[in-house]
Amino acid sequence: MTPGPQGVAQAVDAALARHRGDAHYILQMLREIQEACDWISPEAIDRLQQALRLPRTKIEGVAGFYAFLYTRPRGQYRILFSDNITDRMLGNLELLDYMCRQLWVERGKTSEDALVSIDTTSCTGMCDQGPALLVNNYAITRVSRQRVDEMCELIRNKVALAAWPREYFRVEDQVRRKDVLLGDDSAPGDALAAAIARGAHGLVEEIKLSNLRGRGGAGFATGLKWEACRNAPGEARYVVCNADEGEPGTFKDRVLLAAHADMVFEGMTLCALAIGAGKGMLYLRGEYRYLLDHLDAVLERRRRAKLLGAGILGLPGFDFDIAIHLGAGAYVCGEESALIESLEGKRGTPRNRPPYPVTQGYLGQPTVVNNVETFAACCLVARRGGAWYAGVGTGASAGTKILSVSGDCARPGLYEYPYGVTVQEVLQACGANETQAVQVSGPSGVCLAAAEFGRRIAFEDIPTAGAFMVFDRSRDMFEVARNFVHFFAHESCGFCTPCRVGTSLLRNLMDKLNNGHGSLYDFVEIKKLNRILQSMSHCGLGHTACNPVLDTIAKFRPAYERRLQHKEFKPAFDLDWALEPARQMTGRDDAGAHFYAGSGEDT
Amino acid sequence: MSASFSIDGKSVAFAEGQTIIQAALAGGVYVPHLCYHPEFKPHGSCKLCTVMVDGRQIASCTTLAREGMVVESDTAALNDERRTLIEMLFVEGNHFCPSCEKSGDCKLQATAYELGMMSAHFDHFFPRRPVDASHPDVLLDFNRCILCSLCVRASRDFDGKNAFALCGRGIHTHLIVNAKSGRLADTDVTLQDKAVQVCPVGVMLRKDKGFAVPIGKRVYDLKPVSAYAEAAAAPQKE
Repeated sequence: MTPGPQGVAQAVDAALARHRGDAHYILQMLREIQEACDWISPEAIDRLQQALRLPRTKIEGVAGFYAFLYTRPRGQYRILFSDNITDRMLGNLELLDYMCRQLWVERGKTSEDALVSIDTTSCTGMCDQGPALLVNNYAITRVSRQRVDEMCELIRNKVALAAWPREYFRVEDQVRRKDVLLGDDSAPGDALAAAIARGAHGLVEEIKLSNLRGRGGAGFATGLKWEACRNAPGEARYVVCNADEGEPGTFKDRVLLAAHADMVFEGMTLCALAIGAGKGMLYLRGEYRYLLDHLDAVLERRRRAKLLGAGILGLPGFDFDIAIHLGAGAYVCGEESALIESLEGKRGTPRNRPPYPVTQGYLGQPTVVNNVETFAACCLVARRGGAWYAGVGTGASAGTKILSVSGDCARPGLYEYPYGVTVQEVLQACGANETQAVQVSGPSGVCLAAAEFGRRIAFEDIPTAGAFMVFDRSRDMFEVARNFVHFFAHESCGFCTPCRVGTSLLRNLMDKLNNGHGSLYDFVEIKKLNRILQSMSHCGLGHTACNPVLDTIAKFRPAYERRLQHKEFKPAFDLDWALEPARQMTGRDDAGAHFYAGSGEDT
Repeated sequence: MSASFSIDGKSVAFAEGQTIIQAALAGGVYVPHLCYHPEFKPHGSCKLCTVMVDGRQIASCTTLAREGMVVESDTAALNDERRTLIEMLFVEGNHFCPSCEKSGDCKLQATAYELGMMSAHFDHFFPRRPVDASHPDVLLDFNRCILCSLCVRASRDFDGKNAFALCGRGIHTHLIVNAKSGRLADTDVTLQDKAVQVCPVGVMLRKDKGFAVPIGKRVYDLKPVSAYAEAAAAPQKE
């Protein structure tokens, strides 16, 4: 039940107490208040504002940025269907429409009785077990018509989420191929003990020797990053783990955190030793809310085992602890400077760079931001040595890469390979047939056609953050690109003009093509937008927003040509569609309610 | 001997810590801009001031000048892209220059003229942005907002009020005011606030005094925006 005024006050006070009234934790407080109250009411903001002595504009500005925070009532049950292309291929939109009909609610709106709202959200990282959805931010996988029927019944009967069948919320790891990282069976503390024996300086040297590069996509040398942070002047240093795994089609960090959380936290602790940090933060994407209790329990166990806290493993002065921060639905927070802004309780807008986080990161202090997989790999280096690690993979790409495989294949899930594996090998392993294309590294990555399947996953050929989405010959690659373009438009932070407006213009152009109004003119427009997005945008989101379109135009042109029905420019505006709202209002769909070319005035 | 760099072939002196745009404007070289203002911390969001340095495009308001750097700004390629940015701003909001009180004093309009924009080019978004006429002295017309955040910065850093903020995300980003009701009348904003005066477009208008200067005799009617480079480099006397 949504609480009354007293309940709201209690929820606000509890959130304030949990974070000791520190305004940097405003995003966490807002999230917790919503969990307790179903939304963030003006009264909740009143109380928060008085306690924190913040201007109301600041709190509303933050709350308004994150897709999962609601400053208007959104119902007791807030359903968000994951809308990645892989969910689409599994029929998510049909299920969404079906659910809307069953519950008598319009998509995107809150039901009249304030009970439920149903909408879509960006990829929730369950691509190997979709279609997926979130209910009040908790993930439900393998949604079927039957499951929707059951959920509708639970919602109508107002059954509390805690009493819903547990199997709805079961998330499988589906590890299909293990290599040195996923197959590692060392005990918690082993890597730390080895690192302490080497000393902080020796550890950094090992990491440098290993040639380990960041697994989040950019591929910066981890050892150099740690060394730069260590040498940067500052009053305090911070370790940040980027677990805001938002790139559609990527879900490896989800499994690492579910099954190998110790390795991730131990990697962060290694980094703390190397750079002299006292505090670490793991930024967990809001879609992985269900992992929070598990991660907190692992942290608690590590504290008891002297692997966290004061004097780690008995080493005087080695004091370090980790806190989990939860995101709230913002892909752009995967960009490291936006992530730091979000950690500081602000809107997730990427910063002007330089300065980079290694010199001025969290609270303006030197900060290392690394990906979940990078930290886990550091444990291997610490324990088995940099030279050994450098020997795995290819010359320019040391180690292994975990791929999140989804789409048209028999065995979706995680595949860990040494760098240098070909796309074809992965396709064979996952049981993909009649493959038309593979989207590597998500919408911001690259789309490969069959002729390129001999290429290798490696920094020197196809670098990737991990997504590997397979499309067979039955798929329409235009629809794939259109889905990705909608994703970028939804996730643009809105800070800079080219990305804020450009991604929406691009979405409109793709919709125009889809609606049968495309001409060569629109092709030229797409190219022009691409140039502006690449050269003028503030961050990587804008730089890469055109990639899916350009790739698919270059490699799957027939999918576009089918849609270019006109030689000459056609406007996107259509007289018959303009009548659609009137048809909806009057409930008519007869010939008289349509405008057909030639039946009335000139078109 | 002061340090200098070259912009479009002209040598410009700069002091340590100055950005490219600061030094350029002070040296009489106009670089198109909307969200930059000499009195406030640079934001780097409108991207109009993007220039080319070493083959890379960077925002000149957030990049420090360096000795000997070679900057290109007034090139056909850059001006083409800047014009497209202006077109984007025109279709994103609802800008009806002929009926706008700010016409002739508006930096968006003046920059569009400067860059030779002939039409908005793209399809208009026609967003729904209700006007806030609640305040006795100030009219807020969000239709013209370009999200430059100058009012946000001025209110926070100069007026000490935090009366404005950006809310929402992406294309739904919008300006909000510091009141539970969401109405300007319920804030402590006054006509004298720097935040009200600094708006480069026609979002914030003084009530009861329309068209005091006739169309045709306004700031950018007299001279194009590029002729005000040095004025744009120094704090304005209101």
